[in-house]
Amino acid sequence: MPLLKIRNIETYYGPIMAIKGVSLDVEEGSIVTILGANGAGKTTILKTISGVMDPEKGSIEFLGQSIEGLAPDKIVRMGISHVPEGREVFEELTVKENLIMGAYLRNDRAEIRQDLKTMYNYFPVLGERTAQQAGSLSGGEQQMLAIGRALMSRPKLLLLDEPSLGLSPILMQEIFQIIKRINSEQKTSMLIVEQNALMALTLAQHGYVLELGRIVLEDSCKELMENEDIKEFYLGVKEESIRGTKRWKRKKKWR
Amino acid sequence: MNLLNEILQTILSGISVGCIYGLIALGFVMIFKATEVINFAQGELMMVGAFIAFSLISFFHLSYWTTLLLTTLIMALFGMIIERVVLRPLVGQPIFSLVMVTIGMMIFFKSVVSMIPFWGTDTYGFGTPFTEKLVRYNEIIVSWEHLSIIILTLLLILALFIFFRFTKMGVAMRATSQNQLAAVYMGISVNRVFSLTWVISAILGGFAGILLSPITFVHMNMGLIGLKAMPAAILGGFYSIPGAVVGGLIIGVTESLAGAYLPIGWKDVAAWIILILVLVIRPYGLFGTELKKKV
Repeated sequence: MPLLKIRNIETYYGPIMAIKGVSLDVEEGSIVTILGANGAGKTTILKTISGVMDPEKGSIEFLGQSIEGLAPDKIVRMGISHVPEGREVFEELTVKENLIMGAYLRNDRAEIRQDLKTMYNYFPVLGERTAQQAGSLSGGEQQMLAIGRALMSRPKLLLLDEPSLGLSPILMQEIFQIIKRINSEQKTSMLIVEQNALMALTLAQHGYVLELGRIVLEDSCKELMENEDIKEFYLGVKEESIRGTKRWKRKKKWR
Repeated sequence: MNLLNEILQTILSGISVGCIYGLIALGFVMIFKATEVINFAQGELMMVGAFIAFSLISFFHLSYWTTLLLTTLIMALFGMIIERVVLRPLVGQPIFSLVMVTIGMMIFFKSVVSMIPFWGTDTYGFGTPFTEKLVRYNEIIVSWEHLSIIILTLLLILALFIFFRFTKMGVAMRATSQNQLAAVYMGISVNRVFSLTWVISAILGGFAGILLSPITFVHMNMGLIGLKAMPAAILGGFYSIPGAVVGGLIIGVTESLAGAYLPIGWKDVAAWIILILVLVIRPYGLFGTELKKKV
């Protein structure tokens, strides 16, 4: 049984239907990615899972319990943690206070202290700057802080929204390596939304392609990387053919 | 020596009134930081607190310290009820509606107080352990009344500082005022934070009422002092907790000095002149900063 099971959810922004019946699974311990262009609805899916937005239809099951429509704090308590797009750290709190806020719903002081050390181990930069205001960190450091903060609630499932946004390629590599390490060491399952398709497909085991609120393709990441359409439209691999010149004429297979 | 003594006393009484402006300004700032609403009823919260303290002392013959404690508790409950009954149903509505509601509360509280038997529109006062006691140091004479206001305010601010710096709930309240969405992602209940914000603001109001009553009297219109705490809050930048206190002190001392050494009438405009001067030089207030966002 998958850890997270989403079936046919529909989510609206006011009158606009942003998610038009999406179903996906996240197996325990795995990394799953959702690819898609701007405005495809990736962020909305994550927000719907973490309870910030409520789906109009459909079901979300986590650990066999249905969680759609629950308040966000209940969902955090059940073990889902969200690293929001654009980092959203508490700028005027110190690094340490930010991390402690991640553990807001926990009351085991000794273990929280232990987890703080674990985070400083994963992100040594944060360990050097515990008393510094989060707003004064660089973009990459803020991203690390946002990930560390989300991990402080000891989630079973981590939702990552564009972790590479605005980062240099080297920093991006570094962040993705840490994500991989956390996944293998802590056994945290992950659902990653990414625009950098190559990164995401290398990291994840299973991938979904989202277009305009619908899942148009799903497969293991290995297969997806071989897929002609993915290659052309998401990985930017150019094939030697006339097709390249008449790219606008070609229809994707799934349309 | 006499002149020095006089100036010193004027400044000290200015500081003590400034403390009260500071407490009310703190109430404004707390609610504004958390909810972006300017609570025009903050002065009236102080008025209600003063009436409660007056009743406890005059009708129930409780001691000053018991009254202080009980009033704090009653005001805390009062703040909680206001948030739950009046403001929570309006979550998600335009800020403007919320501000209008606080103006409505201001008028409502005044009317209700004037209708309650034994309260009404008369002027009252109550004695405190500090009434008519003086502290002498050589030739400098200071009244305990003013000194007690300063000391109690300092203690309250210290308590607030400890709460916001070292307790999980306090840090969560700061976090929520900085980034509400991220706070939701952490599992922080924003409703509880708002509720606590109103509780603290009501306590600050009640405390200001108890401290102010011995030097001005308890009256239905005493909440008008909120109009003077407003420039104090703006002076401090409206986002800054130390700023509110410093703003209050500046306004209090200026007013006191203007009242003593300038022609009649200057006392009431002094605060605003200072405000305009400071805003010309620092448009964000003394402790305010330009809002920036890292991309």
